[in-house]
Amino acid sequence: MDMLKKVPVREQDPKVRAANFEEVCLGYNKEEAMEEALRCLTCKNAKCVKGCPVSIDIPGFVQQVKEGKFEEAANVIAKSSALPAVCGRVCPQESQCEGQCVRGIKGEPVSIGKLERFVADWSRESGFVPEKPEHTNGKKVAVIGSGPAGLTCAGDLAKMGYEVTIFEALHEPGGVLLYGIPEFRLPKEGVVKPEIENVKKLGVTIETNVIIGKSVTIDQLLEEEGFDAVFIGSGAGLPMFMGIPGENANGVFSANEYLTRSNLMKAFREDYDTPIAAGKKVAVVGGGNVAMDAARTALRLGADVHIVYRRSEAELPARAEEVHHAKEEGIIFNLLTNPTEILTDDNGWVKGMRCIRMELGEPDASGRRRPMPVAGSEFVIDVDTVIMSLGTSPNPLISGTTKGLEVNRRKCIVAEEASGKTSKEGVYAGGDAVTGAATVILAMEAGRAGARGIHEYLTKI
Amino acid sequence: MYKIVKARQLADKIYLMDVEAPRTARVCEPGEFVIVKIDETGERIPLTICDYDRENGIVTIVFQIVGASTRKMAALKAGDSFRDFVGPLGKPSEFVHEDLTVLKNKKMLFVAGGVGTAPVYPQVKWLRDRGIDADVIVGAKTKDLLILEEEMKAVAANLYITTDDGSYGQKGMVTDVIKDLVEHQGKQYHVCVAIGPMIMMKFVCLLTKKLNIPTIVSMNPIMVDGTGMCGACRLTVGDEVKFACVDGPEFDGHKVNFDEAMKRQQMYRTEEGRAMLKLKEGDTHHGGCGHCQGD
Repeated sequence: MDMLKKVPVREQDPKVRAANFEEVCLGYNKEEAMEEALRCLTCKNAKCVKGCPVSIDIPGFVQQVKEGKFEEAANVIAKSSALPAVCGRVCPQESQCEGQCVRGIKGEPVSIGKLERFVADWSRESGFVPEKPEHTNGKKVAVIGSGPAGLTCAGDLAKMGYEVTIFEALHEPGGVLLYGIPEFRLPKEGVVKPEIENVKKLGVTIETNVIIGKSVTIDQLLEEEGFDAVFIGSGAGLPMFMGIPGENANGVFSANEYLTRSNLMKAFREDYDTPIAAGKKVAVVGGGNVAMDAARTALRLGADVHIVYRRSEAELPARAEEVHHAKEEGIIFNLLTNPTEILTDDNGWVKGMRCIRMELGEPDASGRRRPMPVAGSEFVIDVDTVIMSLGTSPNPLISGTTKGLEVNRRKCIVAEEASGKTSKEGVYAGGDAVTGAATVILAMEAGRAGARGIHEYLTKI
Repeated sequence: MYKIVKARQLADKIYLMDVEAPRTARVCEPGEFVIVKIDETGERIPLTICDYDRENGIVTIVFQIVGASTRKMAALKAGDSFRDFVGPLGKPSEFVHEDLTVLKNKKMLFVAGGVGTAPVYPQVKWLRDRGIDADVIVGAKTKDLLILEEEMKAVAANLYITTDDGSYGQKGMVTDVIKDLVEHQGKQYHVCVAIGPMIMMKFVCLLTKKLNIPTIVSMNPIMVDGTGMCGACRLTVGDEVKFACVDGPEFDGHKVNFDEAMKRQQMYRTEEGRAMLKLKEGDTHHGGCGHCQGD
């Protein structure tokens, strides 16, 4: 065994998986996991733990895997994370735990993400059930949104003995885990639903089809429905568009719409009613994880797919693994390219996209080199569908209906990082609603901080 | 689950249902809408609210069969349930927030077309309950497709009915009635509210612009989540892009780009039609026909 290299993880063949929605990565089996765990140096002052937003005791659980004690490993992880099967799959490990791993200085870091995933999958398959607290403390907390922030916050509070109700606007719980991240990266029946069931087993109630700010307001929850505190984990919000001509043509979608149709409404399946205009030649504009998800979904629905991104490969914000997988599957990357107009036919359908080549200039406020258009370099990409994946702006439904809830210049809710405390008493917030679109694990970290903040608040009063 | 307490067919392909949805019934206002989903595999269908009973927690919806999910919905009876029912969504009609004394001096004209009669009804009723008179024009293709006539009669100051084929009421389009009222009967209106097929709203707006009557329309574009998340319902109003679900559904009709909105509404006609044909023909339909239109 080469100690400098990760034990390779089995994946579906790119040619096969490009035509199905089954999970791409097959994960480690017992033997592979134990072999990979052996590569861990069990550092005393483990840097990987510092790289983890929820500070999982990584050497601790990896040690248990080394010894084949998977249940103990699951217990170690459960102390810090409510959604390990999700995080093992979707965390950007290369910039977190694995990015800090000492093994990575000379060779490849320990495959911490795949080990976490193995432990989580093993414990689910062997029927590991989290313990429900014996008594509740009689205090009620409302959690808005059932995505990663809300589920984590609710799970933590339930473990502390609070009576927690999650309010979800859509018809199924899970938030971005359900409507955003596709099946082939995060299986819904196999992984997401069982994790949500585990949160319910802690005593958490989930009420779907309730839109906070419309069906009921936060002030009503506090004053009329008897909740002692509220956590807002309502997610990222409204999709952004570029503002270029032709953007309202038929065949132009936000990535949110395209992914929601496929993931939540299961438009990719024949037996569901919701349609999706999949497209034959698709351009996805953007370079983040959501752009990769949309591109790989379009590919699986049978399209030739281009990623159109205005900076270069080095600046792609997506996880390295997603970019790698997308390339393997045959997605074409048009880098240093920016759309200027969407061309339409007489019936209002997309028939092409005019783009301009870009070059990188001086670094901008984000520290990345600013892309500048190259004069006279315009050209047309032949596409029938354009998916805009440019990020989101906050949804005003909650901030606009809650008295005394402060928002910042970007309309995100203002909350203290360590506790989730907002400007309104008893109201805490975290995740994309506070930070703007970020990652699952950062939302979980914020959910955890919110639970601590609420616990402190409700212990004091 | 959201229980149906009453179900009745109003006309060919048009159905009314009273549904138990206490959270929505408690707070909904005229102009807002709901989304219903019949079962696990059904679509999320946006429907404007037709009536509500706060005390008993009932919301009344009216829908027309246009695709596979609405066809399945039509078969539901009292005692059956919707799997999902969420609302209220969107913003209430502007007048709900207006000062009542100001409102009492406003002459309002409502123009309803087809199934659009349903969302007009709670608006006129809301005004009636506050002692405010409003004239109502209801247009239908033919007598058999006219809905909620009795209900509307009870709340409207004057009710004018028109059918395209002259089988009931006046013969002609709603725009003919507007013209007649304003130009020949000396009526003056400060505001017009038009709700119906997009093509009707477009022509009402062209006319009211000439007549100088500010006009509000209720847009019902394609939607998925209805909370602002997907952007499928975007439309151009003046020089701005708006989302019907969170910014509307009611907009200044003189600023709406109807031609673009009508094109966008066609987007899934074929896909939706395919789903419906599949339902009718069972396993014998292989899709891809491209001819099976949604309605």
